[in-house]
Amino acid sequence: MTAVLRILWTGFVINLKMLGTSSFFLLTAVVQPLIFATVAFYMFRAGGRSGTLLYAALGAGMMGVWSTTLFGSGGVIQWQRWQGTLELGVGAPPPMLLVYLPSTLANAFTGMYALAATLIWGRLLFGVPLHFVHPLLFVAALAATVVALGLMGLVLASTFILYRYANAMSNLLEYPVWVASGLVFSTTLLPHWTRPISWALPPYWGILAVRHAALGGEVWGPLGMVLALGVVALLIATVTFRLFEHLARARATLSLT
Amino acid sequence: MAGADVIEVRELTRRYRTTTGVLRRRPLEVEAVRGISFAVEQGELFGLLGPNGAGKTTTIKMLITLLLPTSGEARVLGLDVVEQASEVRKRIGYVFGGDRGLYERLSGRDNLRYFAELYGVSGKAQRRRIEEVLELVGLRGREQERVEGYSRGMRQRLHIARGILHDPEVVFLDEPTIGVDPVGARELRQTIGDLVGAGKTVLLTTHYMFEADALCDRIAVIAKGRIVGEGTPAALKAGVAAGTVTEIEVFGIDDGAVARLRAVPTVTAVTVEAREQKQLLIVQSTGEQELTAALLAQLDGIGVGRVGSREPTLEDAYVALVEGAE
Repeated sequence: MTAVLRILWTGFVINLKMLGTSSFFLLTAVVQPLIFATVAFYMFRAGGRSGTLLYAALGAGMMGVWSTTLFGSGGVIQWQRWQGTLELGVGAPPPMLLVYLPSTLANAFTGMYALAATLIWGRLLFGVPLHFVHPLLFVAALAATVVALGLMGLVLASTFILYRYANAMSNLLEYPVWVASGLVFSTTLLPHWTRPISWALPPYWGILAVRHAALGGEVWGPLGMVLALGVVALLIATVTFRLFEHLARARATLSLT
Repeated sequence: MAGADVIEVRELTRRYRTTTGVLRRRPLEVEAVRGISFAVEQGELFGLLGPNGAGKTTTIKMLITLLLPTSGEARVLGLDVVEQASEVRKRIGYVFGGDRGLYERLSGRDNLRYFAELYGVSGKAQRRRIEEVLELVGLRGREQERVEGYSRGMRQRLHIARGILHDPEVVFLDEPTIGVDPVGARELRQTIGDLVGAGKTVLLTTHYMFEADALCDRIAVIAKGRIVGEGTPAALKAGVAAGTVTEIEVFGIDDGAVARLRAVPTVTAVTVEAREQKQLLIVQSTGEQELTAALLAQLDGIGVGRVGSREPTLEDAYVALVEGAE
């Protein structure tokens, strides 16, 4: 157990170091959330809903968290393949899931910056009141959401083991998940048939838990759903990592050549 | 266990499936390794020597569990590389040649720390072992620098340090000196020699003859996915020692003349090396009879420079074996 925790912790720290020295990642992580936030604030102002600016800020911040997780988690396998380190991770003794879980968690963790930057930006430029109804539950909801998104990212990452160009899929998933999770507007505006899709997405329950903790409302239900979906994602990733690693060894897709 | 087979390969085959064409894609099957068999004893430095695309890397990747064989069997330390991949991974180390395979934005030490954790080397043992391998590969003092600033030789030494960090019993080295300058390559060969001195079993792939000659206890020559010769460097050389090697400097040789030379009775191999304005023809033949006149007769109309003969080298043995596989 200690060995597992050591791998997770060292991998997490090492991945944060790598992300912290990537100018491309930093630029995306710094600039993109501020653009999301500015657009969201002006939309809500123009709509005469200035009282819900914190609602907008949280949604815009969560958009950044999802984007960072999506591109970071998908990109981690792709980047490692380009860098020639994917084979080293697969060829190491621990299960592949354990080798790559710290990467996706580190990506989701850095996504928290997007939320923090959005809130500070909103406070400084648009005077968004940063008053949270349940501050401790807000932190707990945010942490649970980040972990669940990291685990969801792990499922995505596993597909990249098998398919060299799975990044086309990640590009497709950014906007639909924003919309289906109700990050900026309520999912009640969407067709009824989309509900099950929303319910299956950790960001849907994550933004509910975070919003309710900040603005008031029932937190424990959505929080429980976030954690449950995180566990489901972990179980799926356990199977997909094992299966896709086997198939990648059979089809020779671990390296570029 | 001295002398026991640490690596056992039996009838190992690997086929790749790919597609060809853009609009109408057709499946294409490439047989990279075709039923090879060999064994490596404990403490031995065994070389897989062959040209690019011969199947060396595919073979090594099957042995280190990164590729599944299409058929056949391979065991490392008595463990099946397919059924017991996880156990195999704990007990082997491997090093790929080239620039890639390191975390560029991390320091050399962080690279080693990360892999030490993955291989279960933790705490005090980790710190001690990292110092040991840094010393062994000559990177002490540079370990805090980011890898992106390392020279190719330094990267290659870091690769080796990573590969032996967990003190594996068997080390696989896939073209470890490729692209490294002569001085760096010599230092790397010294390090590889030290590994065997420390009791490791090493399987080395290379296409540098002198490297195989200098390092390996035994060599298997692989061409087009098949082993075409196996033995000690001396035994392989002896295989062509009965013949002679004639070297002829020519100016503007064409394929037709090379084909005519190959058709001369007793000629076993002809290679052409480009040398600025001229080319060097290396003709191998069996028997002791003087062939110069017969060879020159085939070069009618082509400018000829110096002509000489010499003792066969391992390179000649290699060329004869590889050409024989054509």
